[in-house]
Amino acid sequence: MTNDERRATGDGRLGAYEVLRPTLDTSRIRADFPILAEQVNGRSVVFLDSAASSQKPVQVLQAMDDVYRHAYANVHRGVYTFSEAATERYEQARVKIARFIGAPAAENIVFTRNATEALNLLAYSYGRHFLQPGDEILITELEHHANFVPWQVLAQERGLRLKFIPISPEGRLALDKLDELLTPRTRLLSFAHVSNVLGAITDPRPIIQRAHAIGARVIVDGSQSVPHMPVNVVELDCDFLVFSGHKMLGPTGIGVLYGKRDLLDAMPPFLTGGDMISAVGFDGPRWNDVPLKFEAGTPAFVEAIGLGAAVDYLSALDMSAVRAHERELTAYALERMSEVPGAKIIGPTDPDVRGGVVTFTLDRVHPHDLASLLDREGVAIRAGHHCAQPLHIRLGLSATARASFYIYTEPHEVDALIEAIYKARHALKR
Amino acid sequence: MQDLYREHILDHYENPRHHGTLEHADFTHEESNPLCGDRIRIDVKLGSEGDRYRIAEAAFTGDGCIISQAAASMLLEDVMGKSVDEVEQLEPQHVLDLVGAPLTAARVKCALLGLKVLKTGIKLWKLQRS
Ligand SMILES: Cc1ncc(COP(=O)(O)O)c(C=O)c1O
Repeated sequence: MTNDERRATGDGRLGAYEVLRPTLDTSRIRADFPILAEQVNGRSVVFLDSAASSQKPVQVLQAMDDVYRHAYANVHRGVYTFSEAATERYEQARVKIARFIGAPAAENIVFTRNATEALNLLAYSYGRHFLQPGDEILITELEHHANFVPWQVLAQERGLRLKFIPISPEGRLALDKLDELLTPRTRLLSFAHVSNVLGAITDPRPIIQRAHAIGARVIVDGSQSVPHMPVNVVELDCDFLVFSGHKMLGPTGIGVLYGKRDLLDAMPPFLTGGDMISAVGFDGPRWNDVPLKFEAGTPAFVEAIGLGAAVDYLSALDMSAVRAHERELTAYALERMSEVPGAKIIGPTDPDVRGGVVTFTLDRVHPHDLASLLDREGVAIRAGHHCAQPLHIRLGLSATARASFYIYTEPHEVDALIEAIYKARHALKR
Repeated sequence: MQDLYREHILDHYENPRHHGTLEHADFTHEESNPLCGDRIRIDVKLGSEGDRYRIAEAAFTGDGCIISQAAASMLLEDVMGKSVDEVEQLEPQHVLDLVGAPLTAARVKCALLGLKVLKTGIKLWKLQRS
């Protein structure tokens, strides 16, 4: 494999490739994130919750501010300067995002509010239109509720069967079960590229190939992969990919659904109203072309422009370097955590197959107590079930603690986490 | 770091008062906090003087963070002998005062889970009787 081929695969396994690339210049990056200079409880913040939502660089804030100050008017309907300028920036953002994930054209990119809305769009539009009673949908035990509940609801409503790929003992998908789970009735498969709890990176390609071989369509939940590693939809050959802008330096309120053109064309609209029609007469509407068919009402175009700026920022860093940086941090964090008595890592401990998400439990310390005590030290981690309750049921845990990393995370912040864990133990006399 | 987990909170967590279950309880109620998975079950035995029902005995079990479990222990200690009507009127602030530590909004829910379970238990018991 050449380096470019490796980069295109998006499976996160960079192997020897990563040593050829410089990792990120975090001190330069951090200067772009004003919030990282904030103090929490009298200390510089150690922000370790980027898997929930990332911080934003000034470039993104400025891109949005600039629209509001210099080019703001509703898109698509005006013929005057402001409206045309805003429309152009909005559509440019679509082009940037298409390029970022290797989509064939901007028309493959539908803007949604977030990954959750993109998955609901698929459940409503694709699911309610193309699936018949008795059909099977295959998801996995590790899915975020966003990729779980819409299928549960759809299955109940339409009389479909929902099946689950189980978790292996080492906290990865048990893909040895895939062949028996895929049946001639399987019509749709949807799974997370990277688990937001286990951190496990799943190589989507063999799964997609096997699903396609039996005629099933595949949705990849890229919420935890697109922000952190190279992802190329043509290489993957997925039918749909969803992700949220706010986890990848972009603002809240903007997400993406990528879809193959023929599928998007065949799907009926999700929401209806303005912008999504090409004509409305008294006898009924005619739908607009893809992607506008799926963008009813005034879209979050300033946010989309912000996401375009975020994608520019990430592309300039190079997504392979982003992945290499996070892999290094994850390896370091896993090593440091292994020294902490009573700490147990949840999910795979091989940094080659783990995204920058380190989830753990601490013997006799509830994750919520830990998170509160860490906050006193300015260390922000997440505690709970991370919107993956079925997974926690499987793991036999009611809650876990999770530290997650991004482009601005530095090794000394992992040290701060470890030190704060020791302090917390001491405070609780554990 | 210490102020949130002061001695008396840790003490209630380590040595919970009124911990366990009751045989022949007049009512039992259990709830969990959907966000963090904290769970509390409370059994209550009532004593009556005419129309007035009082908490004669109460016991809880559960799992979850220190705040949720310690607050339940403090609550049961506090409501012993109180009338059910009185308990129904208890303000959340009363429990927060018992806990006495500065809680952030997210943690207030942990502290109030026990009160929610007890009040809902009383409400359901009343409904069943009427
Ligand atoms: C794997 C995964 N899927 C879906 C989502 C949902 O993202 P959003 O809440 O932005 O829709 C998340 C967010 O935590 C996630 O981690």
